[in-house]
Amino acid sequence: MEFKTFVFYMLATIMVLASLRVITARNPVHAALALVLAFFNAAGIWLLLHAEFLAIALIMVYVGAVMVLFLFVVMMLDINIDRLRQGFWHYLPLGGLVGALMIFEMSVVLGGHYFSLAEMAPPAIPADHSNTRILGRLLFTDYAYPFELASIVLLVGIVAAVMLTLRKRKDTKFMHPSDQVKVRRNDRVRMVSMPAEKEGGE
Amino acid sequence: MLSLSHYLILGAILFAIGIVGVFLNRKNLIVLLMAIELILLAVNMNFVAFSYYLNDPAGQIFVFFILTVAAAESAIGLAILVVLFRNLSTIHVDDLDSLKG
Repeated sequence: MEFKTFVFYMLATIMVLASLRVITARNPVHAALALVLAFFNAAGIWLLLHAEFLAIALIMVYVGAVMVLFLFVVMMLDINIDRLRQGFWHYLPLGGLVGALMIFEMSVVLGGHYFSLAEMAPPAIPADHSNTRILGRLLFTDYAYPFELASIVLLVGIVAAVMLTLRKRKDTKFMHPSDQVKVRRNDRVRMVSMPAEKEGGE
Repeated sequence: MLSLSHYLILGAILFAIGIVGVFLNRKNLIVLLMAIELILLAVNMNFVAFSYYLNDPAGQIFVFFILTVAAAESAIGLAILVVLFRNLSTIHVDDLDSLKG
């Protein structure tokens, strides 16, 4: 067996086992950690496919940012795990059957010789091939407009996440500085006109 | 020798695992989001494999945008989850019935 094939099967096996662990783990923290492992192995497989930039981006964006976000949220919420797993065993036979059927059908179609996928030879990669350079050139020429739209999607995501979780607490003694600056004399002092006191009156 | 069908079948397996995850964890919103991430990863795997075997880098650009959208999606989804938990003290799907659906 060629070394590359061996590496592919190793990464693929670990990735499938980790993703099975994601959907069956009892504790959501374990599920998130298994998802980290699955993403890491996916990045390895992308390296085999000469997609170096995306592999590193997957590790940085997903393992570094998104999964940490998942872990934060999982640890922040105090959830009753037993209640969340209601119906797990009840749906396991049907779900497993559907999944096995899908894998079987796709394997029959893709593993056969209908699309001559096996004859499709991988292209020869020149020694000075730079995946990042090609992607960067494409992103800033042909795909410059979608690239800017993607930044707007991210901006909307940031604003939405902040606005959703923002809240005002009623029990804090916080003074708003601009309100303090805008205060006028009439807000604090009230002039009352009243007759002057006379000496020796009563 | 590795061929394109190896990668496509691996993507199909990942996709099926994600679908089964949606089936099994219907009550658990967090694991549902993780199953969606698995499905997106399967799609990205197919894109990268086709991009390599067809020698067309446009597929990798697509994966780039899918990663962007998936990151925004999970950030907003988790924010909604946090707001839900703050208001209801639960993320159990059966308790989310205020719309009487």
